[in-house]
Amino acid sequence: MLNIQNLHARVEDKAILKGVTLDVPAGEVHAIMGPNGAGKSTLSYVLTGRGGYEVTEGAASLNGEDLLALEPNERAAKGLFLSFQYPLEIPGVPALTFIRTALNAQRRARGEDEIAAPAFLKLAKEKAASLKIDFEMLKRGLNVGFSGGEKKRMEIFQMAMLSPKFLILDETDSGLDIDALKIVSEGVNALRSPERGMLVITHYQRLLDYIKPDRVHVLAAGRIVASGGPELALQLEAEGYDKYASAAA
Amino acid sequence: MSLASALKTGDLTELPSRRDEDWRWTDLRGLIRTLPPLSPKFEGDIGVGPFAADETLTLVNGQGAIDLTLAAGETRVISMRLISATAATAHAGRVRITVGEGARLTLLESHEGLGEGYLSEIALDIHLASDAVVERIVLASDAPEAVSVVDAEVALSAGARFAQTLLTSGARRQRIETRVAHPGAHADLRLDGIYLLDGQRHADLTTQVTHAGVDGTTSQLTKGMVADQARGVFQGRIIVQPGADQTDARMGHHALILSDKAEVDAKPELLIFADDVSCAHGNTIGALDEQAIFYARQRGIPEMEARAMLTEAFVGEVVERIEHEPAREVARAWVAQRLGRSNI
Repeated sequence: MLNIQNLHARVEDKAILKGVTLDVPAGEVHAIMGPNGAGKSTLSYVLTGRGGYEVTEGAASLNGEDLLALEPNERAAKGLFLSFQYPLEIPGVPALTFIRTALNAQRRARGEDEIAAPAFLKLAKEKAASLKIDFEMLKRGLNVGFSGGEKKRMEIFQMAMLSPKFLILDETDSGLDIDALKIVSEGVNALRSPERGMLVITHYQRLLDYIKPDRVHVLAAGRIVASGGPELALQLEAEGYDKYASAAA
Repeated sequence: MSLASALKTGDLTELPSRRDEDWRWTDLRGLIRTLPPLSPKFEGDIGVGPFAADETLTLVNGQGAIDLTLAAGETRVISMRLISATAATAHAGRVRITVGEGARLTLLESHEGLGEGYLSEIALDIHLASDAVVERIVLASDAPEAVSVVDAEVALSAGARFAQTLLTSGARRQRIETRVAHPGAHADLRLDGIYLLDGQRHADLTTQVTHAGVDGTTSQLTKGMVADQARGVFQGRIIVQPGADQTDARMGHHALILSDKAEVDAKPELLIFADDVSCAHGNTIGALDEQAIFYARQRGIPEMEARAMLTEAFVGEVVERIEHEPAREVARAWVAQRLGRSNI
C-alpha cells in the first residue's frame, strides 16, 4: 500500500524530513507520534503534494504508483486523502457543491462516469446522518463559520463521500471535545477495511484510544526513531518525547 | 468632451484623455489616432440576444434612437439590444427612458459586439417618477478590439428604487459610467457590477451618486477578476450634499488579480458635506487563497477548475443580489462561461 523510502524534504533551505522510511500495508492503521516540529505535518504535505516543499531524496508510492511524480489532484484520484489539521474555509461554495465537484473530478480522472445528482444526494444524506451532521449545514459555504469540531466532522464526511484508498489524518483530534472525538473516531473506524490503509498523525495518545493502531512510530527531528505496537503510545504518554529528542540530536 | 462629441465634430481633441482626472485610467485620446468612418445602416442578421423577454427594443450601429415611456402603474420586462454590427466604424446612440409613477421596469440591456474594432458610445437618460421601480441588468459583450462607452444619467424621484448590475468582459478600452441624482426622500439605490477580464481587455466601471436630500440609501458592490494583461478600473464617488442628512451609503469594491501583468485601479471617494450620515466604503485587491486551492486539489479538483470555482464563488455574491430570476440565471451562466474560457 503506502511505501516511503528514505524520504528527505526541505522547506526553503531548512531540511525537515531527513530520511523517513515507512511501510503501511493495506488493512493496517499506523500512528505517527512525535514532538512539535518533528516533521509530522510536513510528511503529510509532502505525500499530498503541497507547494513549498522540496523533496531532495527518497521515494513515496501508493500501490506501486510513484506519488511524487503526480499533481495533488492526481494523487487524490489515486485514492490519497488528507484530513487537514486546519481545514480551509471556502466562502461561496456550498459543501455539497464542493464535494460533488471533487467526486466527479476524481471519477473523470479514473475514467469512471460522473455520479448523478439524485444518487449523490442520497449518499450525502446517509453519510451526514451517520456523522450527526445537519444536512442544512451542507448547503452553506464549506466550513465557513463552522466550529473546530464541525470542521473536523466535515473532513470525515468528505472522506466518507470520496471513499479514498488511503487516509492520512493530521492531528484530527486537535480542537475536539470528547463527544466530537467519539463521533469523528466512529466515522474513521467505519472506514477501516482490509483494502484501506491509514496513517494517523497525532501528538497525543488520546485519539489512539478510539482509533486503535496496528503500529506506532515515533517521528523525531525528521526521522522515525522508534516503532512498536500500540503499547508504544502508552509508554510515550507516560514518559514523554524527551529521550527521543535527545536520541535524534 | 466625449467620444460622441468627437464623432460629431471629427475633432480628436474632444476625446477624453489621461489629463482629465476622471478619465486618467481610461485614456481614449492616446489610443484613438484617427476616427473611423461612421457606422452604416445595418440590414444583416443580428441573431438573438442573451436575454429573453416579451418585448425587445433594438438599436443597431447607433441608428435611430430608443425612446421608452412607462405609464404610471405599468409593469414591463424589456430586453434592450444595443448592437455594434460593423467592423472598424464608429457610432453614437441615444436612449431615453421615462418610468411613470409607481411603474415597474425590468431592463435587460445587452451591448453586443458583432463586428470587430468598432467605436461605440451609448448615452442613456433614465428618469424615475416617484415610487417607480427599475432593475437594470447590463451585459456588455464587446469585441476585444472595440472601444466602447456606455454613459447613463439616472434621476430618481421620491420613493423610487433603482437597482443595477453591470456584467462586463471589457474591450480594448471600455467605460461604463452611471451617474445618479438621488433626492433622498426614501428613494433607494443599488449599483453593482462584475468585471471578468482576460487577454488585453480593459473595463472601467465608474459611478457617481449625488445625495441631495434627507433619507436616502445607496448600496454598491462591485467585484472583479483580472487575468493575463487585463486592466480593471473602479471609480466610485458618493457625494452627500449639505442637508442630505440620514443618508445611508455603502460602497464595496473587491478584486482578484490572477497574473503579475494584470492591473486594477480603484478610486473610492466619499465626499460628505452633511453631518448626520452613515457612509462606509471597503476596497480590497488580492489573489486567490493558495491554501484553499491546495485544499481543493487535495480533494481531487484540478487546479484550473479549483481556480475557476473559487473565482465564481467570489463574484457569486454580486450575482445573488440580482432580483429578476431569469436574469440571475443568465448572469450565473455568463460567469461560468467566462471563467471556463479565460486562462486562469
